[in-house]
Amino acid sequence: MWRAYLTPTTLEEALAMLAEHRGEARIIAGGTDLVLQSQQGKCPSTVMVDITRLPGLDQIAERDGYLQIGALATHGQVASSPLIRERAEVLALACGWVGGPQIRNVATLVGNVVNALPAADGAVALFALDAEAEVVNLRGRRWLPVAELYRGVGLCTIDSCVELVTALRFRALGPGQRSAYERLAPRRVLALPIVTVAAVIEIAEGRFVEARIAVGPVAPTPFRAVRAEAALVGQPVTAEVIAQAAALAAADAQPRDSATRGSREYRLDMVEALVRRALSQVMTG
Amino acid sequence: MSKETISLWVNEAPHRVEIEPGESLLSLLRDRLGLTGTKNGCGEGHCGACTVIVDGRAVRSCVYPAARAEGKRVETIEGLARDGALHPLQRAFIAEGAVQCGFCTPGMIMAAKALLDRTPNPSDAEIRRALRHNLCRCTGYSSILRAVRAAQAQMRAAQAEPPDASAATSAAAYTSARPLAAVGRSLPRPDARAKVTGQAVYSADLRFPGMLHAKVLRSRYPHARLLGVDTRRAAALPGVVAVLTARDVPGVNRHGLERPDWPVLCDDKARYIGDAIAVAAAETEALAAQALELIEVAYEPLEVVDSPERGLEPDAPLVHESGNVAKHIHLERGDLAEGWARADVIVERTYRTARAEHAFLEPECSVAVPEADGRLTVHVGSQIPFDDRRQIAAALGLPESQVRVVHAETGGTFGGKEDIAGQIHAALAAWVTRRPVRLLYTRPESIIAHPKRHPTVIHLKTGATREGKLVALEARILGDTGAYASLGPYVMTRTATHATGPYEIPHVWIDCHAVYTNNIPSGAFRGFGVPQAAFAMESQMDLLAEQLGLSPWEIRRRNAFHTGSLTATGQELRESVGLLETLDRVQAAWRALDSPWAYQTAEGKRRGWGLACAFKNVGLGGGAPDTAGASVEITTEGHIQVRAGAAEVGQGLVGVLAQIAAEELGVGPERAEVLVGDTALTLDGGATTASRQTYITGNAARLAAQALRETLAAVASAALGKPAAPLRFADGRIGDGERWLAWEEAVALARGAGCALRAERVYRPPETRPLGQGGDMHFAFGYATQAAEVEVDPATGEVTVLRVIAAHDVGQAINPLGVIGQVEGGVVMGAGLALTEDLPMRDGLPLATNLAQYRIPTVEEVPEILPIIVEDPAQEGPYGAKGIGEIPSIPTAAAIANAIHAACGARVYEIPATPERVREASTREASTREARTREARTRAPMPGRGSGRAAGDSR
Ligand code: FES
Ligand code: FES
Repeated sequence: MWRAYLTPTTLEEALAMLAEHRGEARIIAGGTDLVLQSQQGKCPSTVMVDITRLPGLDQIAERDGYLQIGALATHGQVASSPLIRERAEVLALACGWVGGPQIRNVATLVGNVVNALPAADGAVALFALDAEAEVVNLRGRRWLPVAELYRGVGLCTIDSCVELVTALRFRALGPGQRSAYERLAPRRVLALPIVTVAAVIEIAEGRFVEARIAVGPVAPTPFRAVRAEAALVGQPVTAEVIAQAAALAAADAQPRDSATRGSREYRLDMVEALVRRALSQVMTG
Repeated sequence: MSKETISLWVNEAPHRVEIEPGESLLSLLRDRLGLTGTKNGCGEGHCGACTVIVDGRAVRSCVYPAARAEGKRVETIEGLARDGALHPLQRAFIAEGAVQCGFCTPGMIMAAKALLDRTPNPSDAEIRRALRHNLCRCTGYSSILRAVRAAQAQMRAAQAEPPDASAATSAAAYTSARPLAAVGRSLPRPDARAKVTGQAVYSADLRFPGMLHAKVLRSRYPHARLLGVDTRRAAALPGVVAVLTARDVPGVNRHGLERPDWPVLCDDKARYIGDAIAVAAAETEALAAQALELIEVAYEPLEVVDSPERGLEPDAPLVHESGNVAKHIHLERGDLAEGWARADVIVERTYRTARAEHAFLEPECSVAVPEADGRLTVHVGSQIPFDDRRQIAAALGLPESQVRVVHAETGGTFGGKEDIAGQIHAALAAWVTRRPVRLLYTRPESIIAHPKRHPTVIHLKTGATREGKLVALEARILGDTGAYASLGPYVMTRTATHATGPYEIPHVWIDCHAVYTNNIPSGAFRGFGVPQAAFAMESQMDLLAEQLGLSPWEIRRRNAFHTGSLTATGQELRESVGLLETLDRVQAAWRALDSPWAYQTAEGKRRGWGLACAFKNVGLGGGAPDTAGASVEITTEGHIQVRAGAAEVGQGLVGVLAQIAAEELGVGPERAEVLVGDTALTLDGGATTASRQTYITGNAARLAAQALRETLAAVASAALGKPAAPLRFADGRIGDGERWLAWEEAVALARGAGCALRAERVYRPPETRPLGQGGDMHFAFGYATQAAEVEVDPATGEVTVLRVIAAHDVGQAINPLGVIGQVEGGVVMGAGLALTEDLPMRDGLPLATNLAQYRIPTVEEVPEILPIIVEDPAQEGPYGAKGIGEIPSIPTAAAIANAIHAACGARVYEIPATPERVREASTREASTREARTREARTRAPMPGRGSGRAAGDSR
């Protein structure tokens, strides 16, 4: 449990607080998972640096040719943002699945990434969008591919004790691009998914021009089904091509047997089924 | 760093509050501001009971840091009513019967308010979306959805917007087919107002000066010999007042409802992971938890009996010295060999059902208070106040007169609060420390500790004649009763006696074992072993129908119990057998929907309907003492007070008793108030279980009220100069139609004449006999038919329940709104059983310990439910009423499983029918079909055995 709960009002102040309580303090935003972890004694940090009062971080805007989402933007905001819905639908769809309003109103998309759980809906969509994260520490700012933030189940390469992610960005979908998000869970809502698939696809003249397929939570981190993607590009849009790609995506998954979410075999089959469905969705939708 | 002070607005009033580091907004509201209307259902973000509004948005206060609320505006349930005028949502929740136990209600209303504040005219999908994080275990959500729509319509009307044509039709419009003055009318429950305003007091809401907090150390191993417990370091921790072990139990260190096999605190062995080793009482909950960590326990881990199959093996370790068979149940009727000889078709299959958790929204909480006169009072929301008293007294070595159990408002039970769960521990700690002690379970603790629904393996062999008459049934049933008997032996008896379903079968052989294991005990859970039996038998019925070329309706109709039928135990059903009517009404309702029995949607999903019937005993039966007492009093201000020892657990008994007393005394039910479950103030009501209280306590209250009625009739007769017998009581008057006396006047005359205006009666139902002794095992049964429509996604195996038609024979609906609430809630609970609910255990350890992993249905899973009330009166029941508490949960899972088969040809033999199981079953089905086709191609075509039943012929 934390001993102190600090509420800085500027980014500099937040970083200074982290530095002052070096190693003991960590950033908290929505706190959806962190508060509970801390209450249950599963978070060693004793100082919480609450960034929810930092100005300007809740923006969702187009900047420098990117769609940019601030660190305080919640799943609710992302799911209902006209900008995201129109130009990166896959992310709006994914965020729409997350929890009820009590979570959507609080949980931030950035927090979802920093948490590094493979089951996070939003993160899977970000993988498909080739998103980047802006990391800020006392030494400065840098943009890193979101995929590089993942080190394993719940392990993020960003150390929330010294730095924070202030924004996410990605290119909006182009005119010829379409996206889809598919999710299978043992209960429609409020349950960890069995498999999730996010896809961004471009089709021209009956052929796949581009394909980005992200899959979760069937490996320690969400992952891009690169072999499936490669199998699609340049190929005609046919059921056979799609089936082949779906099988390749499943071949790259490494789900565990789960007593509550299904056997490894079933989950592999479902990767295939959901990739197939996402691709068909894109074709028809 | 230490305490800090924050400022915030709560319900528009400014507050400055000192908070602890790490404190949640929930604890700030409940513990510091005393706003206990906001509930703690899990404390870990899963249930939504703690929902409040912060700066216009719904949040879960249990995981919202109090510090973050600095400067914010917080709205809680207490702030909703203005100057005594309820918010439209509160009014609608009351009117629509959207309040049962009421524990989810404050959070649900706040979530709905946050929605309506921003979105005045939400779509149905938006309402569901807004409420999807608020779990309710009682209502099945249908009434909640109706209430939100009604409130929305009201709010729009108040703003003079055109009324919404789509506004829901109210369930409050339902009346009994035989309405009387008060009985048979849909009326709001008397406790609803307190529940929608946050005023209802559950035991965790109680505060006493000097109150300590207790925590229980539970076993580290599912099976271990206890070599020693050292509490010295824990006891030395400042702020810890007592640390108690088995040595400190002054009386009998065993409790148990069926047999005393369950240690209050383990002495010899720990038999499951929830077994209690020690209790620590401290100034704060955190200190008590810290103390537990300092207790040193030496265990010798023993081999774990992880399943009933293992428990029955000759070399299995013994869970109890008496042997691993907790109960062997056997019944036979007719001559099985003759039955098989007469059978033209025989179906033999094995079915499995999962361990299920009650997931009542209110975790167990007991508060024990030593009184100045040396007695001990225990406040607890449980199902059997008088048994609690008996067991507490026995463990403490006190006479029962020294212990008082007061039934607190209870946030749902469903069978899961029959056994002792903290009552004795809290009482013991209070007795030792001489201070009030509160023991509140955490949600994981609740899941680990209290008994569950039995996982079962049911092997059925069923034979029928070509005409579709059932002739023989052989059943072998195995139930995992876990570490302690709890009510398991009775539960498994019910599985056995109901294994035939509500059907006449002349030749029956049923064998059933309830086996001890090192798993969490299994005990009572709504339906009491019968849902498991129903899943198996109703699947058999469809399999037989398929082989015989009969429709699912027809095979059931040909075998259904009717007046004069004999049950498996040989009991003759002499009256009130409304089964066929429920079947007919469901069929008519299904026809009216004009929905094909099975079809494919444009998106390639498969839809289908499935049918199931059920029966369930009302009352304990089997020769068990089944009485209950009640008293009725006319107070000096002219109110009617009904007192009964039964428990109000959300089911609505208080309303039923108010209506009965009002009916007899000819006044409005709003005049009646009901006090339940106080061992010092009420007569023993027995257990609130087995759907028995409307019948038994209802009769007791009726008899008591009738006694008062006779008193009033006598004085009125004298005053009016008319004979007493034909006098009518109506609209607050007593008279013969010509001359009337005001009710108040009659009361005053009676009081003036020194008549007793309080009467108490104990009702004893017709005698029942134990299994195997012939005669009536039960004095009444409820009957039901349900049809479910599902949609199956063939690619993933996902199943969605779309509609359920549910007809229930309740004898007489005392409060139709309450009956519908039971039906809707039961159906949704049955849907959970069918599709999502499973508490798997491995090596004696549970694999789901919270409400995210254990998945009860959310509002997003709720089908459209069409309840139908059938009233085939029971002669002895009050006004003909039977019980309705359990049976709505019984046929649902079976109907859904049958619907899955109709939809996609896949038959599941194990529930829950998870997507994986459904997909597996359809793959299996497809390959059998393929093999059959291949076979058919190579050989002569098979004769028409009806294996490929076409969609249409089951209509
Ligand atoms: S108590 Fe907060 S979500 Fe359950
Ligand atoms: S009324 Fe909703 S949980 Fe009881």
